[in-house]
Amino acid sequence: MKECEVVVLGGGPAGMAAAARAAGLGLNALLLDNRETLGGIPLQCVHPGFGVHYFGEDLTGTLFAYRLMEKVEKSGVETLLKAHVHSIEVEAYDEKLVNVITREGVLRLRTKAIIYATGARERTLFELGVPGGRPAGVFTAGEAQLLMDLYGVLPGKEIVIVGSGDVGLIMARRFALENAKVKAVVEIMPWPGGLMRNVVQCLMDFNIPLLLNHAVVGVVGRRRVEKVVVAKVDEELKPIEGTEFEIPCDTVVVAAGLRPNVDLLEKIGCSIDQATGGPIVNDLLETTIPGVFAAGNALVINDLVDYAAEQGERAAEGAKLFVENGGLQTTDWIPVSRGRNVRLAVPHYMCTERDATIYARVLRPEKNVFVEIPELQVRKYVAAVRPAEMLRLKLTREQLKQADGCDKITLTVVPRE
Amino acid sequence: MKIVVIGAGIVGVSIARVLSMYDGLDVTVIEKQADVGWGASKANTSIIHPGHEENPREHPLRSKLCVEGNRMWRTWVKELDIPARWPGELMVFTSSEEEREARRYVELAKLNGVTGVRVVYDRELRNLEPWVNPAATGAVYAPTAGTISPFEAVIAIAENAVENGVKLLTETEARRIIVKGGVVEGVETNRGFVEADVVVNAAGIHADEVSHSAGVEEEFRIRPRKGEYLIYDEDASVKPARILHTVPTPLTKGVYALTTVHGNLLVGPTAEDLPYEAKEDVSTTDKGLKLLSREASKLLKELPPKSKVVRTFAGLRPEPPKGQWLIRAYTDPWGFLNVAGIRSPGFTAAPAIASYVVQLIAETYDIQLRRREKWNPYRVGPTRVNGVGLDAVDSIIRKNPDYGEILCYCRMVSKAEVLEAVERMKTIGVKPTLDGVKFRVYAGLGKCQGSFCRWRVAAVLSQATGVPLYKVAVGAEPYAFGDVKVLLKGDPSASEGV
Repeated sequence: MKECEVVVLGGGPAGMAAAARAAGLGLNALLLDNRETLGGIPLQCVHPGFGVHYFGEDLTGTLFAYRLMEKVEKSGVETLLKAHVHSIEVEAYDEKLVNVITREGVLRLRTKAIIYATGARERTLFELGVPGGRPAGVFTAGEAQLLMDLYGVLPGKEIVIVGSGDVGLIMARRFALENAKVKAVVEIMPWPGGLMRNVVQCLMDFNIPLLLNHAVVGVVGRRRVEKVVVAKVDEELKPIEGTEFEIPCDTVVVAAGLRPNVDLLEKIGCSIDQATGGPIVNDLLETTIPGVFAAGNALVINDLVDYAAEQGERAAEGAKLFVENGGLQTTDWIPVSRGRNVRLAVPHYMCTERDATIYARVLRPEKNVFVEIPELQVRKYVAAVRPAEMLRLKLTREQLKQADGCDKITLTVVPRE
Repeated sequence: MKIVVIGAGIVGVSIARVLSMYDGLDVTVIEKQADVGWGASKANTSIIHPGHEENPREHPLRSKLCVEGNRMWRTWVKELDIPARWPGELMVFTSSEEEREARRYVELAKLNGVTGVRVVYDRELRNLEPWVNPAATGAVYAPTAGTISPFEAVIAIAENAVENGVKLLTETEARRIIVKGGVVEGVETNRGFVEADVVVNAAGIHADEVSHSAGVEEEFRIRPRKGEYLIYDEDASVKPARILHTVPTPLTKGVYALTTVHGNLLVGPTAEDLPYEAKEDVSTTDKGLKLLSREASKLLKELPPKSKVVRTFAGLRPEPPKGQWLIRAYTDPWGFLNVAGIRSPGFTAAPAIASYVVQLIAETYDIQLRRREKWNPYRVGPTRVNGVGLDAVDSIIRKNPDYGEILCYCRMVSKAEVLEAVERMKTIGVKPTLDGVKFRVYAGLGKCQGSFCRWRVAAVLSQATGVPLYKVAVGAEPYAFGDVKVLLKGDPSASEGV
């Protein structure tokens, strides 16, 4: 049995930032990851676009991960790699057991707080309900990326990408750079699933067709993928009969979004938000189980890695308060309600005693809008909102104070007129 | 005496196992796929049927062997350490017409000597199955129904057969039965001639073609009948305690909903007759999957959300004319047997079919069967990290640290398990593939469907077998194309094997 004050699960951006911050705050912390290195998914991201907010410079994913590793090392926090969390047992509100499988045996950690930063998993063709055969040559975008950029292996030569999430767009460019032919990126929605900068830099610059309002309705191939069948969809996203056409290819890459990895949280009974797929949390990112905090893509799918790291730090600050005070102080939690054109918002509860940040996504693209929280008299003009791009609202304690006595605060997007 | 069994599906390996009990028989199983059980045996409803759905007037042999097979499986799963449960089956009805139809099976149960089959109503039905749809008025309860891990069953039987001296030749496709002077001489394959005194044709969906090549049953044609399935994640809350079944109608054969031995809700099958030439078409269809959701929601109180579907798949069942199994030993050519068109309940009946076929061989070709003294009925399944207590995990890691290295997060599968699977595959003469490993250790069967672990498992296979990572096979095909940089330079050898 090993004692700690906080155990951080997951050595990606959120977990590394959390662990370094926790150590900086003087907590006895332990950082766990099941791979042989820290870094998480950014390790395999050789493209830039990382760190503009967090480090104030534009880094590649690999470099971003490396910078965080350095931060972890400097903080002196203890890390344990090749460590798989078998289970969590909640013994008391301020005492949890984390059971870890390692090559040395089963390690049992007794801790006051946990920061859950296990990232996300990719949605599969089955989840999307795409029928057809299941030949070799179907990859999720992350798996394809890992094969190319960590192992130097080319997964395919003629590619169709299902979904236009950021990983898919990035992979379209990676394949193109390696001389593979990307036949099309097929997106069921009327708008791309990834950041606009990626649509421009990864597709347009490489003349890769983006088929909006289209769905892959079949994967065909006896041994290896031979082609996909694509159809136009109607407003209810249903394939329109008679619009089917085929695209010959040898590889299908699925980039249809991520889901927070919440298995262990669900097992210990955390409430899950259907909109985010992640846990329900307060402004310190504490879940419905006291002392269990969540950050990064395990909390909500972020568009920028910087936000994941930022959430990690916030969770560490929460853990510090929790450990110091034997739990977070009881307060009037004010629920965050989703108003017009808001698909999701995190955290779910706010308090009026400290600054906080809201992360949100819209349902549909809109131009020329105000993002508002009427109860706080917060109103921010935004030229355009898109589902792929997160809204991030920093709220000061003074602003939040105005919510005293309110039964909720409402995040809403309203047209400028 | 040399016996060649064509096909390492459930029927073929069962016959091989029973043959291995006897002295003086040199048994070889040839299989065209890279692994055992990759045809209909892998993609089915995983049910051990009680035998109350077989009409003994139309299908006397099928009925008899189904009931016998159900009994034999209880011993086989214990001897061979095959995951199986015996929850019983409820054929659920919602109207008096359906009830009348369902009651016919009580009569068939009596004719077939299936015990315990009776009609249950209301409270008893809900006690037996809390997940049953509230619209259900009653059900025919068949307590002897079971569910098994079908792919592991084939693997276990194959391992046991090889342990008892059977030879397995994979990636070996039977092209033609060689007959000289009315006597079987052997089988011509893609890898040369395999000599045989007796050839047992258990080639599943292709058994008609094999039979024709031996010059018998020219009229016999097997039609592929597609069955599609939905499988839900193990964390979906809907987990029926019993095997639930809709009442078959002239239009549908009935759809099952059950919790598999691995803890997943399984729904299926559809039943679609395909043209003769579509013997490889295991694609799922939008129409089929929608039908399954519809039928399953008639059985169950609720269905998990669509997002909990972890996999959809389809299997092809070999459908013989009039549903008649063709189990026959020929004297012209002498030494040839058909065990063909073994449609449902073939999996259930397999052990009984095997015993029947071995007797048939002995009687037809006048062979004295003598039990071997040294025959080993037992096979021990693989060690697993998942599902055992923490102390047990700790102690196996201390013996072998590879158990402490978890490769598959969803199903908590360790490196040691993958390496054990590789060893087991090599032992029976199977080339290690990612699919083969998946079905042995469950890595990749969980909600991420391998997007986290497939490359990790591939790396272990690459290391264990000396094959480059990109060349590790998924099923029949390599995982990827080659080295990025080498391919860029235009070195054609980097893409060999594609």
